[in-house]
Amino acid sequence: MSNKIQKESKVKVKAESPGDAKYILRLFVTGILPNSARAIKNINAICDQYLKGRYELEIIDIYQQPSLALTEELIAVPVLIKKFPLPEEKMLGDLSNIQEVLKGLSLVK
Amino acid sequence: MKPLRVKKSYTNNFKFPKSPTGIQGLDEITNGGLPKNRPTLLLGNTGSGKTTMAIEFLVNGIEMFDEPAVFMAFEEKKDELVLNVKSLGFDLDKHIANNKIYIEQVLINPDEMRETGMYDLEELFVRLEQAIYKVMAKRVVLDSLDTLFYGFDSKILRSEFLRLLSWLKEKEVTAIITSEIGDVFLTRQGIEEYVADCVITLDNRVTNQIATRRLRIVKYRGSIHGNNEYPFIIDEKGISVYPIISEAVQQESSSKRISSGIESLDEMLGKKGFYEGSSILISGTAGTGKTSLATSFAYSVCHVKKRCLFCAFEEAPNQVVRNMESIGFDLAPLIKSGILTFYYSRPTLQNLELHFLAIKKIINEIKPAVVVLDPITNLMTEGSNSDIRSMLTRFVDFLKIQKITVMFTAAITVGSIERNPSDEGISSMVDTWMMVQDIEVDAERTRSLCVMKSRGMIHSNEVRMFKISSKGIILMPISTNKKINASESKRRIKEHQNLSTSKESSGLKETAR
Repeated sequence: MSNKIQKESKVKVKAESPGDAKYILRLFVTGILPNSARAIKNINAICDQYLKGRYELEIIDIYQQPSLALTEELIAVPVLIKKFPLPEEKMLGDLSNIQEVLKGLSLVK
Repeated sequence: MKPLRVKKSYTNNFKFPKSPTGIQGLDEITNGGLPKNRPTLLLGNTGSGKTTMAIEFLVNGIEMFDEPAVFMAFEEKKDELVLNVKSLGFDLDKHIANNKIYIEQVLINPDEMRETGMYDLEELFVRLEQAIYKVMAKRVVLDSLDTLFYGFDSKILRSEFLRLLSWLKEKEVTAIITSEIGDVFLTRQGIEEYVADCVITLDNRVTNQIATRRLRIVKYRGSIHGNNEYPFIIDEKGISVYPIISEAVQQESSSKRISSGIESLDEMLGKKGFYEGSSILISGTAGTGKTSLATSFAYSVCHVKKRCLFCAFEEAPNQVVRNMESIGFDLAPLIKSGILTFYYSRPTLQNLELHFLAIKKIINEIKPAVVVLDPITNLMTEGSNSDIRSMLTRFVDFLKIQKITVMFTAAITVGSIERNPSDEGISSMVDTWMMVQDIEVDAERTRSLCVMKSRGMIHSNEVRMFKISSKGIILMPISTNKKINASESKRRIKEHQNLSTSKESSGLKETAR
């Protein structure tokens, strides 16, 4: 696509907090297309509120790293993947439904 | 890659750009192929041949038109797909190795996904674009859309699908998108009504336990196309569609004659025999010598070095060869030299139209001067009479255009014409109609032959006895004694035509005795 963005492809946020399990999250986005932009905003807010200090978030732009999206067998974006703690969970969409995201992250039942 | 703009030209003598499919018959119906650089929807139920047709479109594109291709498979696994189409003669492995086709296998597992809000299919576009770029594809197939729609939010999918269509146009690829019929499309959401430039439906219908595949072009923007349903077959050479276009609008009639193979019969037919390119029907009850007469004709045709196609629907070719040898027709060397070709098929194997399609294929291959169908009545058990008539008419027209003489034999039972109007249908359609029958003379069965009609020639009205000997068919000279029998046979013919009353016939019988 023409509207590829020159953007930092990986945003690594490292934080440690003793006691609780550490979360490893991956968010696949398509540059700054509306859905993706919203997803980035939402995940940052959620992490800030619920996982402060115990998460590692990697944001992957599929325009720039297409091979990574291939290995995950994606066709729709944005997708948030909870790599750890297991089980792995995939969440499709802009993460605006916070209750669903929290369920996916096993933060609520 | 920056998307290229489609350059559109508007000229007065504008010819709609098309991408030929190379599929036999389909390019005729579509008047040149699918719309170039536009997406076509190929709809049909499971097992209707969508994937096969799509693959053939791609393979022909590579082999005939040097257009590389991308196949995006949502349903089948890559190696399964390669294996499945191998039986149709498509060597995908070779094309993959030569970088002419790229198969992108897309696994769809939306069930594992938790939906958290709005999303789009941008990743699909990215993958497709990469695939197109890899081989510089001009043709693209997405197979099938239902799998894509399955599980995803249909509202999002619809808008994404529209985006996909315009995206494909932008990429300047000719695309086929397959989909189940009536499930997501055509009825429920009606997407195709306004978005696709070309919609083709495939169908595999079963009537009388015989399945027939049919194809129809529902719409084709910017182009004329055939509106009918066209039968098609999938065999070891791929797909062939049989266009039922009124083939013989203006056929030229030949004044050349062709011998029937029996001198005295030629005498009866204006002293010269049949017209070349005419249609001949021999009807009669079982055991009256129809096949022998037909073979005699085929035999003589082969001996004047003309190719003949013998379509046997009752007996297997080797059985015909053995049987005909006993009456002096040695067919084996003719088959060996290739001048006589046999087509043998069980009538119940497929319907009449598909038989004709198969025969037509052979005709196009070997270009015979004469085609014999023995017997045509066996084919008529399948399908309704009006269907049969129109199919036969089209087939005869097709032969006439190619100036091929055709001989049908028809097995009838006494008085069956009333019961079986299809036979009447043929007899009015053919140029020459001969009837053979058994008559009883002094507790002995004798075969007789008469020419019921023969267009464009002065033909004999006699009913002639004939003998099938070890040296072929011999028509007996007319004797006074036989003349009485002739009237007896005439009576029977009349009976067939339902012209005589039972009272008259019993009177005649008495005279005969």
